[in-house]
Amino acid sequence: MKITRGDRAFGIINGLFLILIAAACLYPIIHVINGSFSDPLLLQSHTGLLLTPDGFTTKAYEVVFKRGDIYTGYCNTIFLVLCGTAINLVMTSCGAFLLSRQKFIPKNFLMLMVVITMYFSGGLIPTFLLYKNTYHIYNSYLALLLPGAISSWNLIVMRTSFQGIPRELEESAYIDGANDFVVLIRVILPLSTATIAVMALFYGVSHWNSWFAAMIYLKDRSKYPLQLFLREMLVLQDGAGVTTEEEMLAENLKYATIVVATVPILFIYPFIQRYFVKGVMVGALKG
Amino acid sequence: MINANVKKGGSFLQRLRKEMRTHPTLYLLMIPFVLYYILFDYVPMYGVAIAFQDYNVVKGIGGSDWVGIHHFEKFLNSYYFDRLVGNTLAISLLSLIFSFPMPILLALSLNEVRSNSFRRTIQTLSYLPHFISTVVVCGIIRIFFDKDGIMTQVLTLFGIPNRNLLVYPQYFRGIYIGTGIWQSMGWSSIIYIAALSGVSPELYEAATIDGAGRFQKMWHVSIPAILPTIVTMFILNCGRLMSVGYEKIMLLYNENTYKTADVISTYVYRYGLGGSFEYSYTTAISIFTSIVNVVLLTCSNFLSNKLSGYGLW
Repeated sequence: MKITRGDRAFGIINGLFLILIAAACLYPIIHVINGSFSDPLLLQSHTGLLLTPDGFTTKAYEVVFKRGDIYTGYCNTIFLVLCGTAINLVMTSCGAFLLSRQKFIPKNFLMLMVVITMYFSGGLIPTFLLYKNTYHIYNSYLALLLPGAISSWNLIVMRTSFQGIPRELEESAYIDGANDFVVLIRVILPLSTATIAVMALFYGVSHWNSWFAAMIYLKDRSKYPLQLFLREMLVLQDGAGVTTEEEMLAENLKYATIVVATVPILFIYPFIQRYFVKGVMVGALKG
Repeated sequence: MINANVKKGGSFLQRLRKEMRTHPTLYLLMIPFVLYYILFDYVPMYGVAIAFQDYNVVKGIGGSDWVGIHHFEKFLNSYYFDRLVGNTLAISLLSLIFSFPMPILLALSLNEVRSNSFRRTIQTLSYLPHFISTVVVCGIIRIFFDKDGIMTQVLTLFGIPNRNLLVYPQYFRGIYIGTGIWQSMGWSSIIYIAALSGVSPELYEAATIDGAGRFQKMWHVSIPAILPTIVTMFILNCGRLMSVGYEKIMLLYNENTYKTADVISTYVYRYGLGGSFEYSYTTAISIFTSIVNVVLLTCSNFLSNKLSGYGLW
């Protein structure tokens, strides 16, 4: 096939455009990492891109790790991510299993019940009042773990994937005397590990990143997740300068805090990103 | 008659009873599932009744006085009504104009790349911002758009003064939308990439034989192929015009920028939970927003059916 000059120019411009976008997505992260290691004085007077650290010091990290908040936040967040994701997976897979049963009589009723919630909700204030005054889960992790236990979108994606499992496999299990619960545990779930992995990642990341619910429902500082401490340090800025040394390091401290809080995601990201995409594709094409 | 009934398995109740006997675990699993939806989705919906009351925490929903649509009228006549609705619509419409086309552009552009490894690298990098938490993103924005921040330095090249840009209302929307594109462009492109991967290669071959260049193929083959997806996403976005999320705005705005930054959802938060506790009034505002959204969704779906022949229903 002949390649015309116009086609080649198009290809080059296209490639440059994409490289520019990729660079724009990556650069802020590089800037933050380099900034965290830079010398505070040089950093303050630095202009232009920061492609390597300006000077070198790890003082900011020493200060960040000396503060108890980061540890408290990390422990609480890890607890919330693990418990929250476990609850999410149990509830979502049970629900998806029910909705994927072909001859289950209440199936359509349940589906309607799920779809309605995708379009209507109680809204922020009535929900808050209910949790606080009626359910009494204010200042409790239950307020962060239970309300989002099933995301209707993920539920439907998972149901679609369960429906794709060949029925013969279930039927042979039923003939061998298995009940529905055994079929779910021994047949459906082992055959859906990819989908379950995607769901675990979706739910896990959303627990890791969530801060608003924690802000309105939690009162005790000792219960705060990492994101709330980050908000204090990065947005409210009242944790910035305690001593003169910290004041001088203020900018570095922010950078170092961001790095410490984002490293886990950045580390696992390259390994998991193709699963994410697969999960979205399932929802996009079949949902 | 009796025979026919037996063949179908009896009346509805008989069938239900039979199924409950043969598949008891299904009905057992149903209990927590239904309970979850009732407790955490449907009971809060009942709570919107307080929008029509003068809600008092001590008296509860049962005991509070009913005031009809008083709170709705109060909001419509409120001093802040114009500002809130104006800001919300401005941010939504600007997003629709600037943020909505970007993922489509990225998907089309990626579709033209021949090298698989190059495409995968670009995709991986472009999804990255989606996984950084809102708090961290806003922390980075605050540093970058501060006086002498890296983005402020870039913007001074275009004549914008070197100072903390987040304190000035005239820059807020630009920063909000620009960084929004950065956050979501790659991730939102996935749905279009999925749609493009379904286009038959024969269409491109036929276009090549007809003498089409690469740009013409993109214009005449790729874009028509993903048009239904584009229209669907567009309608869904129109149905959200009145709801701009509060999380990112809450982390970026301050008293100085309320003039352009305060939207309905942030106002509801401030007057409902953060400081004042006007529960009934703010609930009424939320309901108003939902109603407008439903109307917008219906209208845009109707228009789209008329104009392009595609629609959600």
